[in-house]
Amino acid sequence: MANLHALTALGAREAAVITVGPLTITERFDVALASVAARRGRMADLAKAAKAAGLPLPDPARWQGGTPYSAFWTVPEMWLVEAPFASHELIEGMLKAALDDAASVTEQTDAWVALDLAAPDLAPLLERLCNVDFRAVADGYATRTMIEHLGCYLIKHGAGAVRLYGPRSSAKSLVHAIELAAHSAW
Amino acid sequence: MIIHHPILGPRDAQEFVYLGDESLIDRPDGMSAGIEEFHDYAYNRTNPAGEHRELWYHEQGDRSWLVVTRNTVTHEITKVELARDVARAKGRTK
Amino acid sequence: MSQSHRIDAKVGGGQIDRTKTLGFTFDGVGYQGHPGDTLASALLANGVRLMGRSFKYHRPRGPISSGSEEPNALVELRTGGRQEPNTRATVAELFDGLEAKSQNRWPSLRFDAMGINDKLSPFFAAGFYYKTFMWPKAFWEKLYEPIIRRAAGLGSVTREEDPDEYEKGFLHCDLLVIGAGPAGLIAALTAGRAGARVVLADEDFRMGGRLNAETFAVGGKSGADWAAGVVAELASLPNVRLMVRTTVIGAFDHGIYGAVERVSDHLAVPIAGKPRQVLWRIYSKRAILAAGAIERPIAFENNDRPGIMMAGALRAYANRWGVKAGERVAVFTNNDDGLRTAADLKAKGVDVVAVVDSRQGEEVIDTKGKLGLTQITIRDKAGRTRTVGVDALGVSGGWNPNVNVHSHHRSRPVWNDEIAAFVPGADGPAGLLVAGAAAGGLSTHAALKSGAEAARAAVEALGKQAPYSLPVAEDAPTKVSPLWFVHHGKGRAWIDQQNDVTVKDVKLAKQENFTSVEHLKRYTTLGMATDQGKTGNVIGLAVMAELTGRSIPETGTTIYRPPYTPVAMGTLAGRSRGKEFKPFRLTPSHQWASEQGAFFVEVGMWMRTQWVPKAGETEWRQSVDREVLATRKSVGICDVTTLGKIDIQGTDAGAFLDKVYANTFSTLAVGKCRYGLMLREDGMVFDDGTTARMGQNEYVMTTTTANAVTVFRHLEFCRQCLWPDMDVQLISTTEAWAQFSVAGPNARKLLEKVVDQDISDAAFPYMGAGNITVGGLRARLFRISFSGELAYEIAVPTRYGDALLREMLAKGAEFDPVVYGTEALGVMRIEKGHVAGGELNGQSTALNMGLGKMVSKKKDSIGMVLSQREGMVEENGYRLVGVKPVDPKAKLVAGSHFLEKGAAPVAANDGGWLTSKVYSPHLGCEIALGYLKGGDKKIGTRMRAVNLVGGLDTEVEIISQHMFDPEGERLRG
Repeated sequence: MANLHALTALGAREAAVITVGPLTITERFDVALASVAARRGRMADLAKAAKAAGLPLPDPARWQGGTPYSAFWTVPEMWLVEAPFASHELIEGMLKAALDDAASVTEQTDAWVALDLAAPDLAPLLERLCNVDFRAVADGYATRTMIEHLGCYLIKHGAGAVRLYGPRSSAKSLVHAIELAAHSAW
Repeated sequence: MIIHHPILGPRDAQEFVYLGDESLIDRPDGMSAGIEEFHDYAYNRTNPAGEHRELWYHEQGDRSWLVVTRNTVTHEITKVELARDVARAKGRTK
Repeated sequence: MSQSHRIDAKVGGGQIDRTKTLGFTFDGVGYQGHPGDTLASALLANGVRLMGRSFKYHRPRGPISSGSEEPNALVELRTGGRQEPNTRATVAELFDGLEAKSQNRWPSLRFDAMGINDKLSPFFAAGFYYKTFMWPKAFWEKLYEPIIRRAAGLGSVTREEDPDEYEKGFLHCDLLVIGAGPAGLIAALTAGRAGARVVLADEDFRMGGRLNAETFAVGGKSGADWAAGVVAELASLPNVRLMVRTTVIGAFDHGIYGAVERVSDHLAVPIAGKPRQVLWRIYSKRAILAAGAIERPIAFENNDRPGIMMAGALRAYANRWGVKAGERVAVFTNNDDGLRTAADLKAKGVDVVAVVDSRQGEEVIDTKGKLGLTQITIRDKAGRTRTVGVDALGVSGGWNPNVNVHSHHRSRPVWNDEIAAFVPGADGPAGLLVAGAAAGGLSTHAALKSGAEAARAAVEALGKQAPYSLPVAEDAPTKVSPLWFVHHGKGRAWIDQQNDVTVKDVKLAKQENFTSVEHLKRYTTLGMATDQGKTGNVIGLAVMAELTGRSIPETGTTIYRPPYTPVAMGTLAGRSRGKEFKPFRLTPSHQWASEQGAFFVEVGMWMRTQWVPKAGETEWRQSVDREVLATRKSVGICDVTTLGKIDIQGTDAGAFLDKVYANTFSTLAVGKCRYGLMLREDGMVFDDGTTARMGQNEYVMTTTTANAVTVFRHLEFCRQCLWPDMDVQLISTTEAWAQFSVAGPNARKLLEKVVDQDISDAAFPYMGAGNITVGGLRARLFRISFSGELAYEIAVPTRYGDALLREMLAKGAEFDPVVYGTEALGVMRIEKGHVAGGELNGQSTALNMGLGKMVSKKKDSIGMVLSQREGMVEENGYRLVGVKPVDPKAKLVAGSHFLEKGAAPVAANDGGWLTSKVYSPHLGCEIALGYLKGGDKKIGTRMRAVNLVGGLDTEVEIISQHMFDPEGERLRG
């Protein structure tokens, strides 16, 4: 029987915490992810099943928290669902069981590197990284955006709190870009 | 350019990939149409200096294909629709 | 060194900090200046007028302006990798230790050998290149061009790498205000107080624009103090962003503006971690162009000597920088504004010896002074001439509204008789208003009023109220009476000093019928190079109008394009250079491979293992041959994570795949996979890969590494635009799974030591696919082969990929497994005759590849119909073949062309080409794949593979593309 160790997206056994001036970048290795997409014409069934399962299905460009599932909109009638990895490593199977044939569910946990950005005000950093009008958008805003050529999801949890999902294989490049911008911003 | 996405509002054209004329939606059925008809579909386009209905893909966004009505001379964009809605309105199904 | 030309602080302090002294050098000579100085103001303060040599005639030149329009005072700043040519001394902010050099001179600025060009000027008139260097043609590249490039030129470029960082950024605002003179300041204030999000950008390091250079009052205090007060209030508003040292370089579509912020150019070296410059992309709902006006010269003989400058610049140096450009000064003007210079200089104690007002019938007709002005000749109303000794002359031919950015969308400026200048036309960029002198309002009051009005209009359009009140300010008309050039003599009178265009050149252009403004520009080079004609354009076309007897509106004007001022290439590149040109994608085995000293190859953004050398291997082929032989002998492992993986689900998933693949997938059994061939609508092969059916409504598609993104885009097009009601959902899972190919006779035995399930041939047959577990961990297994061996692809969640590889190597150690890279992968796929990059070239059909039978005619699929076109089903069209040299030692080169024996290497005899080649350790020779006309009928024949570039002409044998194990016995083992 194999007993395989896991490596984080940044290539270590433990999730990284990096500080640059007032910025803290925390790699999140404890998030399970899956995509949920409504099957054609099954949105009502999906909504019902999702409600029963504690799965929010927020409006376009929004993130919504919940227990055990949080979710943000990515594509018309499609969401990325977040849950604690410790309890939901098998998130795909759990959601499939809960949503039955009303949705297509796909494992996404290791497709992404999850980074939490924290600083008193992240606007000076983000304006050097992407075209999101960070100052203007409300908390709970979720969007796809390009950061140094990489397609990322950005979720605003507050003026000083952002969750970024970037392509896992480019985690090092993404963190490097954030560090460079942080040196410039502050 | 700024494209006013029907779902997401104003988005920078840098996030999109351009394909071409909206008529690419009008694909003939391969079991009934012949080479001539497909040839027209694949190759023959009008190339207007002025209003043009064109397909844009929000690749760095929500992956929606859009039909953008744009003036090719002034770049003014007068209408943006989800291509799926346009396709359905044209009678496309499965 | 004393600052001999600095005005006594008691008389006029200017906006410099005299308590601090900055040292700098110009052409190696040390000087001193103060914070607040530009390089030009500091040099003038030290009595240095000569700052450069002209482009063509190498005439001695000094600054004519005090701003970014400067055509003459171009210098090289800094040294080493930071050396930057063609920098305008008039906007280079002084810092301690600045090193500047003059350019376009040899051996020195005072004695320039190429000054001979000035004596030869008859040969260098407009059109000189076009006429002189026509013949012989071969002389152009080798002789004429190098000489011209050396003689007629601007600064030199450093060969060292630029050590600085550059950055790009994004700003959003309701209102962008371009320029912080009186109009821009009050516009920003009006909008800012109304609560709008405002960005106020100014290219200067001090906001205030002309107010910093004038002495008249605004709102009861000095203009500079009023400006400082407004700036202070704006700085206190959280919704206003003040950006000094920031040039708006262009108006782009839909309210997007480009701006360059010079973050560190006023410092000797950027602060660690800070960029030198930032290129901002500004998204605005409205914008106001308040870029002021640019004073224009009057052409008269020898009007280009150092010491002759614009009247407004002359008083700007006095008022803002406390510098007198000369001890004895004259003014030549055709408007009232020029008179201000005389008054201001007198007030500063400068000796103003002559005021020549063309409206009174007086004109300056000539000047003297070899390296700087010493004397002017004045002709009075009665035609009498007199000479006056002066060392500075201020010239004012009127002011041109700075319409530059407004014309970036091809808006034509329109002529305004009252100020005798072009003002912005009606069809400018949508959302862009023009205010102040840029709109033609040349008085301070007019600037303030139009600035406030424009802000109110902009803010009201966004649904907010914006009341304003105006400070009291002067409202004097300039009373300009146009004078473009002085009719006198046969000497040269400069119009465009940067390009050495004179009145004579315009006359020549007219004589040769290049009378349209666009022709005039190309024929004479009027308005080209770094200043883009900011001072010279209008007078040039006015001269043409006068010569042709047309009005100026009839003559028309050229327009401007971005950038407003030159932009460093590094700024446009931003961080995308060197190793940071693009991000990297690392495979799950990257860490392991790095530990082994593997070589990597960039495939798109991916860093793939190319080969993994073992101790003692000194040449790449040793490693690659070993990897191939070891795989075919026992077992090899290759990281194939980079292949695109797309999860396709939905009740119509099978039907959807039937549409996008040329072959059929709806009939594929659950738990099986199949090779799929994807065509473009034009019938050419688009991509290929293996797709597995993981459940009734669930497939996993693989794509080539290169096409992962474009295939996904294409699938979305099919799903949304062609068959919008199909129940299909798509998502990429490329990065979610670490996937390894395990290939070779011992592949199964190795995997059996790792996986939890029975994977015997009976339980997991060829082309089987399914979910398994590895030590309890969820995993996927596909029995597919690209190498021709018994092979599997095993996938685990990416985080476990590194561990899985180490586990397989450890547990399978008895089989001596090898990890192979893309080179060995290529060798094995070519030995096996599988198509890849060289064959999937976008111009090849399934039939060309020998896969014609895969295109099902029983169903509609993308590309099916057009793949049957006449030209694509030719009997003797290209067919994929295998190739090996008759002499096993002979070399092959991909790209070589097939020729029959004895055929001349000409296009008519071309039989096709070699697409890929490798050395096959099994066949003991180089082998290749190639497209050969009628190739399927030529198996067993001999031809030549000819590469004229490489000088190769090799006799080859045409063989089946399946060069290794053609019966496929190994992969079913």
